[in-house]
Amino acid sequence: MRQTKQNPGQLNSMGYAPIPGSIAEFRGATKLFGEVVAADHIDLAIFKGEFLSFLGPSGCGKTTALRMLAGFETPSRGDVLIDGDRVNDMPPHRRPVNMVFQHYALFPHLNVFDNIAYGLRQRRPRPGASEIATKVERTLETVRLPGYGKRRIWEMSGGQQQRVALARALVNEPKLLLLDEPMAALDRKLRREMQIELQTLQRQLGITFVLVTHDQEEALSMSDRICLMRGGRIVQIGSPRSLYDEPASRYVADFVGKSNFFEGRLSGRSAGIGSVETRSGMLLSGRTVGDFAEGQTVAVSIRPEQCLLSQSEPGEAAAGATRIKVRIRNRIFLGEHTEYLVESGGMGEFLVHVSRQADAMSGAFEAGEEAWASWPREAAIVLENDATSEPPKKGNEHVEEK
Amino acid sequence: MRLYAMAVYLFLYIPIGIILLFSFSAGRSASQFEGFSLQWYGKALSNPFVMDALSTSFTVAVISAGIAGIFGTMAALALQSMRGRMRLFFDALIYIAVMVPGIVIGIATLIALVTVFGWLNPLLAAIWPEGQVPPQMSMGYGSLIAAHTLFSMALVIIIVRARIAGMDRSLTEASSDLYATPFGTFRQITLPMIFPGILAGVLLSFTFSFDDFIIAFFVAGSETTLPIYVFSSIRRGVTPEINAIGSMVLIVSLSLLIVAQLILQRGRTPRS
Repeated sequence: MRQTKQNPGQLNSMGYAPIPGSIAEFRGATKLFGEVVAADHIDLAIFKGEFLSFLGPSGCGKTTALRMLAGFETPSRGDVLIDGDRVNDMPPHRRPVNMVFQHYALFPHLNVFDNIAYGLRQRRPRPGASEIATKVERTLETVRLPGYGKRRIWEMSGGQQQRVALARALVNEPKLLLLDEPMAALDRKLRREMQIELQTLQRQLGITFVLVTHDQEEALSMSDRICLMRGGRIVQIGSPRSLYDEPASRYVADFVGKSNFFEGRLSGRSAGIGSVETRSGMLLSGRTVGDFAEGQTVAVSIRPEQCLLSQSEPGEAAAGATRIKVRIRNRIFLGEHTEYLVESGGMGEFLVHVSRQADAMSGAFEAGEEAWASWPREAAIVLENDATSEPPKKGNEHVEEK
Repeated sequence: MRLYAMAVYLFLYIPIGIILLFSFSAGRSASQFEGFSLQWYGKALSNPFVMDALSTSFTVAVISAGIAGIFGTMAALALQSMRGRMRLFFDALIYIAVMVPGIVIGIATLIALVTVFGWLNPLLAAIWPEGQVPPQMSMGYGSLIAAHTLFSMALVIIIVRARIAGMDRSLTEASSDLYATPFGTFRQITLPMIFPGILAGVLLSFTFSFDDFIIAFFVAGSETTLPIYVFSSIRRGVTPEINAIGSMVLIVSLSLLIVAQLILQRGRTPRS
């Protein structure tokens, strides 16, 4: 799944042969702001009808990538293709894409109807008034705001404004709908509702959606594919499930969902299973992702929900299962599950999530109690130990410049 | 402290109040109130010299405010897309232009124009067809309008700049994303959004030009604006007629200032 540096089809005799099924492509697209590399050699094909998310922390280049699709940024090197055409030099108003802006950017001096009709009215030849009215009304219904056309923008709530922004883009039937952190300004509950609505809408309309978000939950719940970025580069592309279950590196596992990491040296491997010796001499084993040399420092990742807690030592389970005696340090009730912070002499502190049923069956553990933590070998993943955090690069992210 | 503040306000406003009051006096004296009457307003408005001066002032104010509005807006828009030191430099120049004393603008404009005319007039005479009287460029409407525009433009730039700065940049991006050409974006988004600023700037420019005396005194040439007329007639003694003219200028200026302020405030649309 890892991104290769190859540029498929670039510079062939026909000029720019698009990848079959793709609606947009980045080909080695690099964007420099002065000395800062905002996007570093991005290669990516976006396929017709898919819901793709650019995910990453601020400054990772996700917004820059989106703005290169919209035409607000021109790649310093490499190409951007939309529907097979190289669009590097095409200004935003000529591109068949529309964007939902982070703070919606609705025109305050126009009412809801005129905001939505704005794009249609720029078309030449200009469509007739009745045609515009029909399309606007239909789109208002699509975003469940029928009859709101006469309202002023500031009379609308945040959630309604978001729908207007969505309608204003959708009414033009773009080839690509770009969404720049559209849910950032909504409260948690409304955000959840909008996520579901947006996903339903996307399936229903069949328009290609490209979302930018720093919220991994949002990306996981809505996307067909997630493109995880870091420092201007693509770290991993894949389905939400594959990013969660088959992270390409420690960075991915850390960014997508919660995870415990144990560093150590790879002491042996066979048939996709690696043995790792931690600094304290404990031996862990797990699936290996990627190619490692023996002796290399790696990280073993275990998701908190895949750990089990029990009062007595679990019996001999499947081969390679890990069992550790731990002491409960802290318990946090999180509603759907309980989070325990546990400590073991050899491994330090780590998190265990216990579902409510399991908690009810085994009885809740109290801080200071001793228990056994265990997990099957398949739950542990041996990963490249890339640093999880890095100091944010100044001025890297466009949003922060505003 | 309260008393002290009151005294300051009284000192500021009592003279103005007295002018207003005595403009309604029925008597000839400008220092003794002898019953209420509007006769001095009637006298002032039927005085051909006053009406002449008023029309000069009005024409100059309208034209200079109009030019300042157009060029000030253009300059403000151009400055907005400037970056770094150049922008700081020009910003500083504009603020300085507002702070330069009227007397300096007056003298500077006078010297500059006289010098230019000194160059141009012989040149015009030389190229003019034989047997016809060549035009003589001199101080007058043109120089008045030029000097007032110079100052007003800086005012407009400052007000419009503030408006543009308060505008969300993503609005113009959204417009171009929705297929509007750069000019379409200007006409449909930028202009309506900054229009209150332009209008307020134009109104302020008008009041500035309408009651300016110092600059006009230097560059008016043979023309007489209303403030110049008031100044010259005051040397023959203060009459209630002068009070009536002063009151009218005051009311016009004040109402325009209030309108400008209201426009600027209403223009701030509620934000989400």
